[in-house]
Amino acid sequence: MTKSFGEYRGSSNYIVSDELRNAVNIAIALQKPLLIKGDPGTGKTMLAQSIAEGLGKRLIIWNIKSTTKAQEGLYVYDTVQRLYDSQFGDHDVSDISHYIKLGKLGEAFVSDEQVVLLIDEIDKADLEFPNDLLWELDQMSFYIPETKETIVAKHRPIVVITSNAEKELPDAFLRRCIFHYIAFPDPEGMKEIIKVHYPDLDKKLMEQCLEAFYWLRTIPEIQKKPSTSELLDWLQALVIGGISPKRIKEELPFLGVLLKKNQDLDALLWHLNNRPQSRIAHRQSFQTR
Amino acid sequence: MFTDFYYILKKHGVPVSMNEWYTLLDALEMGLAGSSLTTFYHLCRAVLVKTEAHYDRFDLAFAEYFHGVETPEDLPETIWEWLDKNLPPLEITEEMRRNHKQLDLETLKKMLEERLKEQTEEHHGGNYWIGTGGTSPFGHSGYHPGGIRIGGQSRNKSAVKVAGERHFRDFRNDTVLDTRQFQMALRKLRQFSTRLEGPKTELDIEGTVEATSKNAGRLELVWERPRENAIKVLLVMDSGGSMTPYTRLCNQLFTAANRSKHFKDLQVYYFHNCIYDLLYLDPRCVVSNSVETKYVLRNLDSDYRVLLVGDASMAPTELTARGGIIDWGQFNEEPGIVWMRRFKQHFPSSVWLNPIPARYWEITEGAVTIKMLQDIFPMFELTVEGLDMAVKKLRAKN
Ligand SMILES: Nc1ncnc2c1ncn2[C@@H]1O[C@H](COP(=O)(O)OP(=O)(O)O)[C@@H](O)[C@H]1O
Ligand SMILES: [Mg+2]
Repeated sequence: MTKSFGEYRGSSNYIVSDELRNAVNIAIALQKPLLIKGDPGTGKTMLAQSIAEGLGKRLIIWNIKSTTKAQEGLYVYDTVQRLYDSQFGDHDVSDISHYIKLGKLGEAFVSDEQVVLLIDEIDKADLEFPNDLLWELDQMSFYIPETKETIVAKHRPIVVITSNAEKELPDAFLRRCIFHYIAFPDPEGMKEIIKVHYPDLDKKLMEQCLEAFYWLRTIPEIQKKPSTSELLDWLQALVIGGISPKRIKEELPFLGVLLKKNQDLDALLWHLNNRPQSRIAHRQSFQTR
Repeated sequence: MFTDFYYILKKHGVPVSMNEWYTLLDALEMGLAGSSLTTFYHLCRAVLVKTEAHYDRFDLAFAEYFHGVETPEDLPETIWEWLDKNLPPLEITEEMRRNHKQLDLETLKKMLEERLKEQTEEHHGGNYWIGTGGTSPFGHSGYHPGGIRIGGQSRNKSAVKVAGERHFRDFRNDTVLDTRQFQMALRKLRQFSTRLEGPKTELDIEGTVEATSKNAGRLELVWERPRENAIKVLLVMDSGGSMTPYTRLCNQLFTAANRSKHFKDLQVYYFHNCIYDLLYLDPRCVVSNSVETKYVLRNLDSDYRVLLVGDASMAPTELTARGGIIDWGQFNEEPGIVWMRRFKQHFPSSVWLNPIPARYWEITEGAVTIKMLQDIFPMFELTVEGLDMAVKKLRAKN
């Protein structure tokens, strides 16, 4: 009765909710970019890896920085190399196409097989950046005036776009996307994720860590809340350090792994000192450092 | 019927565009809703909602609409039924536009609402037109009667030829000879500043020649920081029906601006008669391809030089009334004139270019609104001389 569009089912190393899996498959079926928003560490980047792995496709990653221009994703014409070659090289400089280097989008278009294209952290770029890509993402083609060549996608890539919500994205862009917001996992969900990474982790240790971790995240003064990546690193540090579960909530060992900014460490201290009734044990252990 | 869901979403403040709505219908046709209400819910949300800030509103709307649907088994059938229906693609006839002056805005809207109510019960297919007949009191002198346009894009375009359709032909492919003259005028719009920082990315030709000569002809490239034109330009063009006679002229200006590579930045938006809450990204002026005017005001600095292009001719209510917007299905809380003033306030360096020759400004049908807009923006006619004067105005320190 219904078509079986459930192509992406997840991958062994990635925990995916039903909602997210549905969103992925909807985007694939409708051939629209999938825009994934969520706090850092909620598995946005890893989702693209999981899609690629789950579907057995190559993953092309375009990391966006504040200086990234849309054009770079299409192609770059290396005029300087050409000029140099004309003087010193033994290359045939009459063929401009030697000096046209495709960007990540271009690479995805010319691929002989369908690929997964991840445009990672699109909100880092200039405000107009997403708009500048509308045409290419809609039409899946672009023109290179230098070589009078039109690059048309051989296979429409599966496009995954992530955003940490640093900037608002333009409406025209949003309207073309399938959208999903990854909420920060609750402790149960987090246990699943941890199990994927450390299947043999001591139960007691995990419980204690999760308690401390989610407590830390509730402290309003902490600017950069520890995320999944930090938690995973922390767990690893604790295991390697052979820390007993009993000590975890008392001492918060290797706290620097969870809170990377000094001001957040200070904020935690401030918090503990100003709310003495809440965690006396902590205050003592901190003050002795 | 399913269309109700659309209105309930709107009621709850989930801004759903026609584009997204049709995407949802496509998805349903493709069977992407599966057979469970949950999958259907995920589908609707993923397609229609683009920020987690609206998830909650969406949930409210969903609950309100689906309180009747209990068993998941019902779902596919119900959807297929809904799919038969659609937003009635209504538009206004040319007669309606012509007769606009005889009807006040309220009557017009009421009539349309009634008609709309009748038609929500009907199967889509065919365009419903509302007209009152009558003859045209207006010529083609650039007057733009305030017709009201309903709903999204018609699914049945070919059935109807809207005389006043707001399409400029594809701007970018238009090659016009006189463009050059406009371009020359625009070239005067520059203000150089040498950048003090940033990478040296521009080839210094003189430096290179000198260095290479010193090197006895062995090439040595010398780079410098690009000298920058600090001028940023915002071009905002009316692409309403009454602008059709001036399409060629506007094309020329657009092409000229677009080719004037010396601007630090060029932004182009479109509007229909007057600026309200939305600015459009292409001349079709459809909501599905628009941005909020507020977004533009927030993100473009006040130092943009603004060229507004339009015949400034419309029904006075379009400027003065709440809800005066010509596009039905949209509602402006604030009168157009407020938006216009706000625009000018944010961009002190703004001018208006009017394709209607200046000598007609006081006698054309649009005289009232032309005058009102002249009070806000210095207005020049869209000719080479007019553009020259406008550019001078824009260069002057404000
Ligand atoms: N759903 C998940 N399943 C498995 N691991 C996850 C999941 N979400 C996050 N992680 C872990 O958290 C780390 C950070 O995820 P990442 O995809 O880089 O986050 P983001 O891109 O959202 O900032 C990943 O390397 C992965 O180890
Ligand atoms: Mg990431």
